[in-house]
Amino acid sequence: MGFSIYLYSVLSFTGLVILLAAGLMIAERFLINYGVCKLDINAGEKPLEVVGGQTLLSSLYAGEIFIPSACGGKGSCGYCKITVTSGGGPVLPTETPYLTRKEVRSGVRLACQVKIREDIYVRIPEDFLNVKLFSSTVESILDLTHDIKEIRLKLDDSQEISQRPGQYVQIQAPSPDGPVFRAYSISSPAYEPTVVELNVRLVPGGIGSTYLHNLNVDDKVAFTGPYGDFYLNEDPSVEIICVGGGCGMAPMKNIIYSLYDRWPSRSCWLFFGCRTTEDIFYLERFKELEHRHPNFHVIYALSDQLKPEEKWDGETGFIHLAVDKYLEHGIPRQAFLCGPPLMIEAVTRVLGEKGLRPDEIFYDEF
Amino acid sequence: MSETSAWVILIAAIFTNNILLTNFLGMCSFIACSSQIKTSLGLGTAVVFVMIMTTIINYIIYHFILVPFHLGHLQFIVFIAVIAGFVQFVEMFVERFSPKLYFALGIFLPLITVNCAILGASLFMIIRNYSFMQSIGFGMGAGIGWALAIVLLAGLRQKMRYSHVPKCFEGVAIAMIVTGVLAMTFMGFAGMVSIQ
Repeated sequence: MGFSIYLYSVLSFTGLVILLAAGLMIAERFLINYGVCKLDINAGEKPLEVVGGQTLLSSLYAGEIFIPSACGGKGSCGYCKITVTSGGGPVLPTETPYLTRKEVRSGVRLACQVKIREDIYVRIPEDFLNVKLFSSTVESILDLTHDIKEIRLKLDDSQEISQRPGQYVQIQAPSPDGPVFRAYSISSPAYEPTVVELNVRLVPGGIGSTYLHNLNVDDKVAFTGPYGDFYLNEDPSVEIICVGGGCGMAPMKNIIYSLYDRWPSRSCWLFFGCRTTEDIFYLERFKELEHRHPNFHVIYALSDQLKPEEKWDGETGFIHLAVDKYLEHGIPRQAFLCGPPLMIEAVTRVLGEKGLRPDEIFYDEF
Repeated sequence: MSETSAWVILIAAIFTNNILLTNFLGMCSFIACSSQIKTSLGLGTAVVFVMIMTTIINYIIYHFILVPFHLGHLQFIVFIAVIAGFVQFVEMFVERFSPKLYFALGIFLPLITVNCAILGASLFMIIRNYSFMQSIGFGMGAGIGWALAIVLLAGLRQKMRYSHVPKCFEGVAIAMIVTGVLAMTFMGFAGMVSIQ
């Protein structure tokens, strides 16, 4: 008796759990089965047949249309906005924080939140239809600081990417729940169309940065791109201001090198904020560029107290103070900022005082 | 087995022995999901449905499987497994037929699994030796009582947005105080019937 009670307990509980699981599997078959639905893009431009029950974002991805999404479909970045003309169902509470009233009225939705349950009609900007999936091979890896690596990816099969400075790609990183996408700005200049270079800071526990930091030369990497709606001002008399902080250097390196390839005497400032001397990178390269192009000015600033053994003859304090110190008021300018939210906020305020309009300031926040 | 009719138990479970306001079970989703009447009504409905169904299923399992095989000691773990499985089913069902409600309830639908009022209802049914009909009455009454309490609180909290709550009492603190006042008003029903 004493032993059999345990046996009965275990057996009956196991039986019950198996029964419950079987019931749930049967329910899943009937409840989460929507059959095949039609997915129509830009009024018949590209009709797709998709299996219902998936999100619009993943269905479009399966149809080789790559909508930007920095968060990987969790509904936390708000990048995957597209217009659904019919068949999308009601706007969900998870979307409303990212949509203005005007967007809701015109049918804009977050593609990652819309589930396909019936035939659906969407409109997608031409820019997104030009986004391609690239395969590439790691050409070189360089340690820039203790936690930032420069990774150069050579596109396979002599493919070329036509990017504008300031745009980004989405790297496909493997994870236990299937591949996820992480956005990284392109740091290689636009005149090198066969290469995509990234600056990757290792984020502890981060899926994308851990994957990229563990890559070796000759490994294969897949990504989609280019994304981003930054346009460099084509008027050479407009001064370009780049302000970065932490590891927010990649898009600005692209902008600066592309700029001096086209307009060797154009005026441009680079402000970069680091914490300590250990976080400094690319300073020599930019100093060298400064020698060749007298109208290029590079300012690095350290925000932490110097340690006794460290030597530093540049600026100290937060980077917006340096911006305030060096820039004169009222020159036609375009600014590109890249860094943490607090830095963006402070620099935007300073640039506003220097006479820049909000539409002349573009930023990448992370 | 008590002789009280199922109807009396139903009424008593709503008013005199409200599972939330007299036993204080299921407080976490009660406080967290009661800022809007619409959401709380949705959650309340889901709780009523889950509570009726789980008391029925648990009654059958307890009296036809656990008791004959002398496995009464398994009731806690079995009841929790049944509730968890059933909530999963309800979740799929709601997602299919009312996506808006599904997203409005958000995290709270899976939270019903760990809503102690649901487990409490099943356990009270065993402790108080209810018959099958009495159990249905009790499950329904306890569910409706819980839903009534959360909708009442949500209504009060919606109104409260326009009143001057002292700064230090804002949010959950005032909700707890209001819950206490609600519980006291429900004590007014206490003399009607007793189902202990």
